[in-house]
Amino acid sequence: MLSGLAAESHIPVVDPAAADGVFSLAWLVIVLPLAGAAILLLGGRRTDRWGHLLGTATSLGSFAIGLAMFIALLGRDSGDRSVGRELFTWIEAGGFKVGMDLLVDPLSILFVLLITGVGSLIHIYSIGYMEHDGRRRRFFGYLNLFIAAMTMLVLAADYLGIFLGWEGVGLASYLLIGFWQHKPTAAAAAKKAFVINRVGDIGMSLAIMLIFVTFGTTAFAGVSAAASGADEATMNVIGLLLLLGACGKSAQVPLQAWLLDAMEGPTPVSALIHAATMVTAGVYLVTRSNFIFENAPIAQTTVVVVAVVTLLWGAVIGCAKDDIKKVLAGSTMSQIGYMMLGAGLGVAGYAFAIFHLITHGFFKANMFLGAGSVMHAMDDDVDMRHYGALQKAVPVTFLTFAMGYLAIIGFPGFSGFWSKDKIIEVAFTENIFVGLCALVGAGVTAFYMTRLMLMTFFTQKRWEPEVHPHESPKVMTVPLMVLAALSVLGGFLLLSNWIVDWLAPVVGHHAHEEPPLPALAMTAIVVLVVAAGVALAWFTIGRTEVPRTAPTDVNVLTRAARADLYGDAINDGLVVNPGRQLVGGLMTFDAAVIDGAVEGQAAGMGGLAGVFRKVQNGFVRSYALSVLVGALLVILALLAVNLG
Amino acid sequence: MSTEPYIILSALLFTIGCVGVLVRRNAIVVFMCVELMLNASNLALVTFAKANGNLDGQIAAFFVMVVAAAEVVVGLAIIMTIFRTRRSASVDDASLLKY
Repeated sequence: MLSGLAAESHIPVVDPAAADGVFSLAWLVIVLPLAGAAILLLGGRRTDRWGHLLGTATSLGSFAIGLAMFIALLGRDSGDRSVGRELFTWIEAGGFKVGMDLLVDPLSILFVLLITGVGSLIHIYSIGYMEHDGRRRRFFGYLNLFIAAMTMLVLAADYLGIFLGWEGVGLASYLLIGFWQHKPTAAAAAKKAFVINRVGDIGMSLAIMLIFVTFGTTAFAGVSAAASGADEATMNVIGLLLLLGACGKSAQVPLQAWLLDAMEGPTPVSALIHAATMVTAGVYLVTRSNFIFENAPIAQTTVVVVAVVTLLWGAVIGCAKDDIKKVLAGSTMSQIGYMMLGAGLGVAGYAFAIFHLITHGFFKANMFLGAGSVMHAMDDDVDMRHYGALQKAVPVTFLTFAMGYLAIIGFPGFSGFWSKDKIIEVAFTENIFVGLCALVGAGVTAFYMTRLMLMTFFTQKRWEPEVHPHESPKVMTVPLMVLAALSVLGGFLLLSNWIVDWLAPVVGHHAHEEPPLPALAMTAIVVLVVAAGVALAWFTIGRTEVPRTAPTDVNVLTRAARADLYGDAINDGLVVNPGRQLVGGLMTFDAAVIDGAVEGQAAGMGGLAGVFRKVQNGFVRSYALSVLVGALLVILALLAVNLG
Repeated sequence: MSTEPYIILSALLFTIGCVGVLVRRNAIVVFMCVELMLNASNLALVTFAKANGNLDGQIAAFFVMVVAAAEVVVGLAIIMTIFRTRRSASVDDASLLKY
């Protein structure tokens, strides 16, 4: 259904110019936080006192270099905003050569700014949030490691480079989800995230191998130049495998189950890795591989299907959870679904996917940090049923959170309004059914976010008597304010279509198609649906008494949503249990047949030896007899040979 | 000269020695039977050396004698030791080293 796009649109080829000036420092964006991580993790307790400051400084340093490169790119013509920085040859084997090359272009620089910018704010916030944690230095070491890996991921000019960063963020994510490893749930969640991500990584690595086999190179430049001439079936397979990788990292159905459990990590981690940056790596991968997906219509359609399923799936889960972080996690899944949808819609949608990714990075990081601030106030209680009427107790958190809330539901004028509206509009233009699903998703989003807002900051006071909510220190609230401002103003990126033109050299430019309805009417419909969602939440939650414990006599849908729509049960039924049975069967086979054969042979030998050792009876004369018999046999044999 | 009587004598002596080793229990007698077998083979060696007209067999016979002398020294010493500890020279009594 979407295959028509490729023909109409020009898909740009990656052809970077040599780096000069500030671009030759591009490697520092990665190396600064990497050095920070190395110092903090290898330096041990010596660095305890100033470790958090160093971690924050390296992240800010990366941001400064990113900003300088961004400004330098702004000064160039849109045609030569792609700069390659070749560092060294990484792998050389016969004709196969992989350079450690970086690619600074309009797409990667936006990611660098988002990662290092939001990352720095979260570093600052964590100084306050982790103040009473004895392992704060280690936490900052891991955060730095994450920043290094994530910038590697987005700056790489080669699929193998992406893979390096891809695994690096996976490691950082694992370490940070399980940061409080003394809690068995946290350790299990980290393991789950790691294992599910391995499934996605299989897809990713197979895709890279197939790219190498097909094109003889894994560099974007080579692949994008040859992509349009490649066999469509091969491209579809590559596209689907890349999508599998993206699904793992971005928590898309069917590899979504790890994200909700990942909330076991400290809240700044949830904000940085599991909302703003790492989980959007899948969207980056699809957008960066536009030259593949534009030539792979089946894979592209699959991206849309996965995206639509996920955006509804996550939204439904968000409606039923009482854990504030899990609501936000469901919401993250759903919003990444929107981004994937945008990316799956092809040239018309890439820019909006990235736009939504950036605005989402702002407002979701804002809300996660706000949730952390609320938890801070409530003695680390995450159950919204124990909150209520907090707007007076934590006014700054409330106000900043409200900005994020208005942004995510798409209140007119806020950043989320612009970005989500655009994706829904493009979805309607491509396919009415996809558009309707996206529209319903927007309504559900409004419902669960309003529910969260009401249960946390309004309605009745339901705190434990010994809890005394208090506002967080400045070091935590200032990042919240910055992110709140960005949540409000993020929409300015769309001013006079700036982001579309900015990204056009990377993702191509799409001739504007008329949507089935005028844009203004579309916007009005979206706003109406959102208003309906808000109103529904108001009537079901805002006007009633919220019970302190979750009611159990609920309908089937709520029960399903509370159980993450049985995501774990499906995984268990389809993969885990058959896998266990297979392994059990193999172990039985191993014990019965293979070990049985070996041990049986050994036992047979033992038995035979038991019979023969009786010959060793200690009587010299019987030995002499056997010597004689042996000698006679030898003589007989010789005679038989010589005479016969 | 005919070698046949010498070879027959040698075979007879060897068979007597052989049967002696198998049926006698006294270690000294067994030992003498072993010597008998050695000397039977010496006789055969010397006979064939004479028949072939060279010295190979005679040299081999000398070797056997030397080795037999050395063997007697060691063997008698062992028999003496066993007799001292066990008060018996029967080869069937010295049967501790077994399965």
